[in-house]
Amino acid sequence: MAKKTFVVGAFSDEAVLFPAVKKVRTAGYKIHDVYTPFPVHGLDHALGMRETSLHTAGFIYGITGTTTALSCISWIFTKDWPLNIGGKPHFALPAWVPITFELTVLFAAVGMVLTFCYLCQLAPFVKKHTFHIRATDDLFIMAIECTDKTNTDELQAFLSSTGATEVNLQHAEAGWWYGRYDQEQQLITEPKATVA
Amino acid sequence: MASIRAQFEIPGKMKTWSIALIAIGILAFIIGLVTKATHGEHGKVEFIGTLMYNSIFFTLVCNASMFFICATTLAMGGWQIAFRRVPEAISTVVPWFGGITWLILFYVVVIDHNHHIYHWLDEKAVDGDNILRGKKGFLNPTFYLVWTTLAIGLWILLGRRMRKLSSQADEKAMDAEEGQRYIWKNTVSAALFIVWFALTVGSTIPWLWQMSIDAHWYSTMYSWYTFASSFVSGMSLVALFVIYLKNKGYLEFTTQEHLHDIGKFMFAFSIFWTYLWFSQYMLIWYANIPEETVYFQHRVLGPYKGIFFLNLIINFVCPILILMKRGAKRNYTLITFMAVLIIFGHWVDFYQMVMGSLSKEHVTLGWLDFGIAAFFVGMIIMIVGKSLASKPLVAKYHPYLKESIIHHT
Repeated sequence: MAKKTFVVGAFSDEAVLFPAVKKVRTAGYKIHDVYTPFPVHGLDHALGMRETSLHTAGFIYGITGTTTALSCISWIFTKDWPLNIGGKPHFALPAWVPITFELTVLFAAVGMVLTFCYLCQLAPFVKKHTFHIRATDDLFIMAIECTDKTNTDELQAFLSSTGATEVNLQHAEAGWWYGRYDQEQQLITEPKATVA
Repeated sequence: MASIRAQFEIPGKMKTWSIALIAIGILAFIIGLVTKATHGEHGKVEFIGTLMYNSIFFTLVCNASMFFICATTLAMGGWQIAFRRVPEAISTVVPWFGGITWLILFYVVVIDHNHHIYHWLDEKAVDGDNILRGKKGFLNPTFYLVWTTLAIGLWILLGRRMRKLSSQADEKAMDAEEGQRYIWKNTVSAALFIVWFALTVGSTIPWLWQMSIDAHWYSTMYSWYTFASSFVSGMSLVALFVIYLKNKGYLEFTTQEHLHDIGKFMFAFSIFWTYLWFSQYMLIWYANIPEETVYFQHRVLGPYKGIFFLNLIINFVCPILILMKRGAKRNYTLITFMAVLIIFGHWVDFYQMVMGSLSKEHVTLGWLDFGIAAFFVGMIIMIVGKSLASKPLVAKYHPYLKESIIHHT
């Protein structure tokens, strides 16, 4: 991935954040992401993000689980190794329903967790740039992606005018890389130049 | 606040429809009385059975809306306040339908002493039968009547208590302390109703009213199965009235977000119903004990086969496939369609639960069933319409109203 320039603003309140997001988007800037200490209802909508397709993936995983269970059990009990269990027919559908249900849930659950991790780029040793350490504590952090043509000074002033309590310029990796948080303390301890 | 349309006025069309439906129902009742009830024991059983399952079904469906109010109150829910007057209005039908059900059951048990419907009313048969003798303490006319009267009576009384409390939120603004006290009073009343609901609908009443038709048979799933059936239909009924009022321009505070949550209830309890349906069926199928399989024999292998499996398609396959998507639960047209389908499906479910045992040889579903159902539907439309018009549609001083207005899923 490439290094990019970001203008980062910190907001102390949701009530300030929402109008700011709207203003920044109307002004035509591209918001890289907004980091919040807790899930904020409606923020994804305000940012104009599309609906996640995680549930569609979940449905497909579930159906795969159902098919796997039914085809596997019916093959085993009718073709491969038919057994007489309590005089029941070999094709004993009611008895298979619990297993089918469980396999559906298992496939859907495991598949969705892995897909979620993939979509969020979460994995051991995957490292991403932290724009502001207090994003996990009490501040709402908005990162705006800059291009070559962006006037960063103007943008910083603009961000301050929307209510950001702290604004700075960061040159950071936009994607992820391999690394470990416990061995790279720099990002967390080193204070950043603040322009406000 | 002042600009919202809080007062419902009954449109002429609603009145005409309800009266027409009631008239159809009464006509069907009279024709049934002449052509069926007086033509031998079989016709009589069919006639009374039809009255029984219809009145029981619609009573439980309307009572389910009071259960919804109490359950959400106990859960400290705030989202339902915007449309809470709708289930409240539906629950005002309970005194009427409860009365009708009580009359029919009183007729069966005391006046007619009809052992073709309740085999355990035949004392000679009970004495010569080990299983029935063992159940005698529970299945006897005295207990049946006392418990039925108590059940219906307390549903009515406790329901009225909840509705009275709700009216207090129309009168004056409450400060924080008054609001807290008000919520606490609501919680206590709701808890009383829920406890009584668990002792009746959640356990004994379906055993007495419906399951004891197959006097020898028993299933521990039966009551919850009945409850799930009536609750999912109750939620569908609430959805229908909410959508109706939205279409007429009322209930400004109720939005897609609320509809989404009602849709979730419809979806979730359809799955819950299926879970019970399957658990009941599979255990009996697996154990294969004659005393238990007797219930399913004519349903799965006999003439009720079609209805029995159609039931599963309407009440399980349709809801799970159609209501699964988020968009579907937020779509007014689709929810209307599904609500009608679910109510119809569970009405058919009640039909096969009662008539499947009373008329084992042939399926009786016909004009009489739809006629009697029309009577109850007409009554619901008329009484709910009147109740909606008798109060503001929004409890404007309810402490949780704001929470409901900004509700967001």
